[in-house]
Amino acid sequence: MRKHILLIEDEPNIVEAITFILLRDGWQVDAHSDGATAVSKVQSMAPDAVILDVMLPNKSGFDILRDLRAVPETRDLPIMMLTARGQTKDRERAEDLGVSAFMTKPFSNADVLANVRALVDRADG
Amino acid sequence: MVSFDILVAVSLAYVAILFAVAFLAERATDGRRAQWLRSPLIYTLSLSVYCTAWTFYGAVGFAARSGLEFVTIYLGPTGVLIGWWLILRRLVRIGRAERITSIADLISSRFGKSAALGGIVTILAVVGTTPYIALQLQSVTLSLSVFAAADPAAAVQASPNSTALWVAVGLAVFTILFGTRTLDSNERHSGVVMAIAVEAVVKLVALLAVGAFVVWGLAGGVGNTLALIDTSPIAQWSVPNSRWIGLTFLSAAAFLCLPRMFHVLVVENSDERHLHTASWAFPLYLLLMSLFVVPIAVVGLDMMPEGANPDLFVLTLPMTQGQNGLAVLAFLGGFSSATSMVIVAAIALSTMVSNHLAAPVWLRSRGEGATVSGDLRNVVLMSRRIAIAVILGLGYLYYRLSGGGAALAAMGLISFAGVAQVLPAMVGGIFWRGATRIGAAAGLTVGFILWAYTMLLPSVGVGTILSAAVVDQGLFGLHWLRPRALFGIDGMDPVIHAVFWSLLFNTLAFVAGSILSTPTPLERMQASQFITAFDQGGAARSWRHGVAEAEDLLLMAQRILGPTDAQRLFRAHAADQGKTGYLPTPSPSFLEALERAMSGSVGSATAHAMIGQMVGGASVTVEDLMAVADETAQIMEYSNRLEAKSEELTNAADQLRDANMKLVQLSHQKDAFLSQISHELRTPMTSIRSFSEILQDGALAPKDRVKYATIISDETQRLTRLLDDLLDLSVLENGQVALDIETGSLAQVLDRATAAADFGGDLEIQRPRQADAILLTTDLERLAQVMINLISNTRKYCVADHPKLKIRARQAGGDTELDFIDNGEGVPAAHRQLIFEKFARISDEAKAGSAGLGLAICREIMTNLGGTIEYLPGQGGAAFRLRLPASQAMAAQ
Repeated sequence: MRKHILLIEDEPNIVEAITFILLRDGWQVDAHSDGATAVSKVQSMAPDAVILDVMLPNKSGFDILRDLRAVPETRDLPIMMLTARGQTKDRERAEDLGVSAFMTKPFSNADVLANVRALVDRADG
Repeated sequence: MVSFDILVAVSLAYVAILFAVAFLAERATDGRRAQWLRSPLIYTLSLSVYCTAWTFYGAVGFAARSGLEFVTIYLGPTGVLIGWWLILRRLVRIGRAERITSIADLISSRFGKSAALGGIVTILAVVGTTPYIALQLQSVTLSLSVFAAADPAAAVQASPNSTALWVAVGLAVFTILFGTRTLDSNERHSGVVMAIAVEAVVKLVALLAVGAFVVWGLAGGVGNTLALIDTSPIAQWSVPNSRWIGLTFLSAAAFLCLPRMFHVLVVENSDERHLHTASWAFPLYLLLMSLFVVPIAVVGLDMMPEGANPDLFVLTLPMTQGQNGLAVLAFLGGFSSATSMVIVAAIALSTMVSNHLAAPVWLRSRGEGATVSGDLRNVVLMSRRIAIAVILGLGYLYYRLSGGGAALAAMGLISFAGVAQVLPAMVGGIFWRGATRIGAAAGLTVGFILWAYTMLLPSVGVGTILSAAVVDQGLFGLHWLRPRALFGIDGMDPVIHAVFWSLLFNTLAFVAGSILSTPTPLERMQASQFITAFDQGGAARSWRHGVAEAEDLLLMAQRILGPTDAQRLFRAHAADQGKTGYLPTPSPSFLEALERAMSGSVGSATAHAMIGQMVGGASVTVEDLMAVADETAQIMEYSNRLEAKSEELTNAADQLRDANMKLVQLSHQKDAFLSQISHELRTPMTSIRSFSEILQDGALAPKDRVKYATIISDETQRLTRLLDDLLDLSVLENGQVALDIETGSLAQVLDRATAAADFGGDLEIQRPRQADAILLTTDLERLAQVMINLISNTRKYCVADHPKLKIRARQAGGDTELDFIDNGEGVPAAHRQLIFEKFARISDEAKAGSAGLGLAICREIMTNLGGTIEYLPGQGGAAFRLRLPASQAMAAQ
């Protein structure tokens, strides 16, 4: 059974790129662009891993991460954050909130895939 | 018959008793036990030094010669006391506030601490008092001779002169012993005052006893006495009005100006409220003293042999009737009157002489700049002792010169008229702010000379000093300068003549001199102190030159105040300044206090000069005061400058704080801005990199390959636009824009903007064709850029099904207003201020491809063009108004 990845990202071209590479690598992908409904989306879809943008409309990636870590069902869910604001304090903040992996844009496709694989494998193992 | 020796013994015993009283009173005061020593009763009784031997003996003689005229001598003081609140209260208050030690000190102090004026008044007082002292000597001598005449064994019978000499010596000794034992800063002598009070009682009792004896013992009751008075020549005496008024005025003036009266009234006053009691009690005393004057005179004229001296009726009446006890009592009463006057007068005069003649001369002889090195305290005391001896010596001399011939009353009036010369300066000084030192000096001098010429010199006998030729023909043979008929006015009463002319010219000179001269600053300060004595506490003038060494000041003060008092004063001030020991900083307030304390001992002018010498090297001159004023002004200016500086600093600190806050804010904004830029740049780059890698991987459907290549291309353009906008904004914000001002029509600009913003889509633009002709003088290219941004914003954010943009134009007061209104949802009120900030993209519409710099750029452009852009609420959709000023071209250049 194919592993399910939920991509939360509002930039259409980036959604298209990541969806493309994940599908090609054999993942099942869903995309969601609104910050406000992102948490319920995660809870209803129960993906194997989440790729989360920081700058989202209506609710920031950090808030979404915090909310997800606050409930037992998603406390250990692999979540990889992508941010275009490549500042170290953003990375630290994300790690404090319990992020599983952190990547800055622009990224190499291979790195994204490698990170996703590692996260899902670790969760399984 | 009372033997002369017994009388002398009684007199000596009486003096011994007075000594004891004075001594005990002083002891009691030191112990601060007897409050009654400072009671209003004692004060009132001490005023009885007004009633001298002249009153005691002379009033009867006066009445026998001139009828009721003697009453004027009592009316004057009574008037002064009844109107005590008018002059006396003011004098006492000023005297206490300024620590005035004598009438000379009062005048000197009032007129700028003038040493010269103090000297003039002192000389005037000494000369004026001399006949009076002679009078006392004469009365004692006469009364003694009465007893001596009745006692053939008396050795002194043949020599009244030696009697007078011994009396003078005795009085001098008593006065020196009691008046100059200590140097009190207040010049108060509680022992002497007590002795005088006792004497006041003795003379009153003696006179009342004699009077009672005369009325009930000799005349046979009140009714008989009154009948006798009616038939006597006294009842027929009519006194001219001018003499009534003149003599009453003269006695009132003398009551205020006589040195001894000033001394007991003002200097010895320990409580201003005592005046209140004295205002009725002393007139009562005078009334009792005068009660039996007429009966004694009438009965004396009736019973005594022709040619008997009426001045001695008080003594001779009881004597001839064999009432020896009563005669001795009467003698003691007269003796008391004489001694109390001489003692107080000598104390008052010696204070004046030492403070206003001896000390200034001594100080001057020390040379300028020299510090006070001698023992001034001893100098002052010694000069007072010498002064007392000299004053009594002068009295004796006058007694000898006048030959004892003049009647007692006449001598008293000469004295009165002499000291009354101080009146204009004194009254003027305490009521008239314009009175000056020059005026006072002129008035005093003129009055003194006229008094001496018309009254004093003729009194010692024609031919003694003034030759008969001068008296008869006038000075230098000028007829109108005859001393008894000035300006050729004959027939005036000699006393009234002298008083009238001397006081008239005195007052005229005083007023004229005051008006014509300008007071020194110190005089002005003193004048206001005196005149406003009832308005304020009376802080004296200030010392500003605080350069004197405290040690030197202490050395000087110890010599003047005595070590104990000086050290107490210094220690108290040091303690006030928070110091231990005896050496306070010579601050102006301390110097003032020291000057006040010292002026009690040496007079205010001298104290001022001494401190001036130590502090400033010389006495205070106008230049010094000007320097003080300048210095004060400088200090004030400096302080003002400091205040301004401090305010500036506060402002600067505020501005710094504001600037700092702004910097912090800017720093935050910069961080946010950089973070935003980073995001805005990385987002397209992410797409570009990702799709590039996908393209590199190959094995793509041609459709996908084209699609991804297109994305790469679009994102590259987006990056380019973003960079252009950033650059644009940076230039606009720095104000480095080179504006290209030209004139064109609105239609021209709108055409360009719509054409540039029109990359397809279904936006409908409504243009105001009627406004096309509006001419604009501005940077047309930049204005078009603003419009392009507004149009493309509408294109991006207007959510209406059929987006429309309505453009309105109008001109108002030279300004041109352009409105851009769409039919979308508009901007929520909360965001209307934010939209003009960089990256303030509010909408979350994904299709908004801009980085949120558009409106920020619009705002910067409009600012550079001198206009504004603002959100226009209440228009349905999003609405912006551009406003351009009329003279943009002018403003830009």
